[in-house]
Amino acid sequence: MSVLPYLIAGWLFLIGCYGMATSRNLIHAVGCLSVCQSSTYVLLLAVGYRDDGTAPVFSDITPGSRPVVDPVVQALTLTDIVIGATVTALLLSLVIQIAKRHRTVDPDELSELRG
Amino acid sequence: MSSRLRLWVLAVGGLGVAVLFVLACSDLPAFGGLWHPYGDRAVHAALARHTANTVSSVNFDQRAFDTLGEESILFGSVVGTVVLLRQTRDEDRQPPEPATVAPPVRRYALIALPVTLLIGLYVIAHGQLSPGGGFQGGVVVATSLHLLYIAVDYRALERIRPVGLYEVADAAGEAAYLLVGVAALVTGAAFLTNFLPYGTFNTLSSGGTVPLLNAAIGVEVACGVVVLLARFLDQAVEIESGDGDGSGDGDGNGNGNDEAEAGT
Repeated sequence: MSVLPYLIAGWLFLIGCYGMATSRNLIHAVGCLSVCQSSTYVLLLAVGYRDDGTAPVFSDITPGSRPVVDPVVQALTLTDIVIGATVTALLLSLVIQIAKRHRTVDPDELSELRG
Repeated sequence: MSSRLRLWVLAVGGLGVAVLFVLACSDLPAFGGLWHPYGDRAVHAALARHTANTVSSVNFDQRAFDTLGEESILFGSVVGTVVLLRQTRDEDRQPPEPATVAPPVRRYALIALPVTLLIGLYVIAHGQLSPGGGFQGGVVVATSLHLLYIAVDYRALERIRPVGLYEVADAAGEAAYLLVGVAALVTGAAFLTNFLPYGTFNTLSSGGTVPLLNAAIGVEVACGVVVLLARFLDQAVEIESGDGDGSGDGDGNGNGNDEAEAGT
């Protein structure tokens, strides 16, 4: 089945969305967002995979001697990972501030604005 | 919105996305196939510019402008975290107690520290040749410093980690990337064009501006991760909430509960 890797990416995304929507804890919600984001890594790498391909690095293989996987999506995945890690850090620091101000990390209890 | 209604909305939206996604997947080229037009052209361009690691060539040469945006997100996230996790007026800073560490942990962490640091610097420096580059190497360098926290304690880490300097270096890394881009303008080329001689293939000096941009990213990522971890460790180890929070605590709880009850 040649579309299975793509479908796994979609399944990961939806399962992450489900987790975020039903979450009772903001830290858990940030974790679910990371699951959604990892679905994009799976999708990108699945798009770029080539049968019998090796890494697109020519320091020890002769150019043209072997098929290589798609370097463009690898670069995009790298981009994605870096942004994912730092944005997760930013969201977690927001959760720390919310926990300090409101004494709760349950999103359903955060229904008021406070300074 | 009640949680039951919310689940229904989610189910409808999720089913819609799932149907569209499966339809889209059935039209994608088959997994593992030979049709990679962008990949083939990127490999060709990387070899023409004497960069052995095609991924680095894509990031720091062919898509250098996109990497600038990505780097700015990283920089913005670090600045945002620093602002959010600063010490507020009603919080006190308690110097942490010296901790005891099991001798084997201390021994192996102290041995691993210089090795990890060296590997990180190697990965940054060889980004245009072998797998790796500024992003990956920067994270390895930042991690190696924190082995001192595991090996000794927090105060030892603080001694080799003046956070202010790392914040400046983080900004300097971002600025260096921009300056390399502006240097291309001075030579008459477009912003962030590779304007240096390409050098000999598969040597440290190959790739033109790729090693320079790689190093700038390496500095920024390493310093950014150190600053991020410093802020989180401060919250965990040093900053204690003061008395002011005690009274606010009761109020907050009361209000929160009232609102929750009114909502349901």
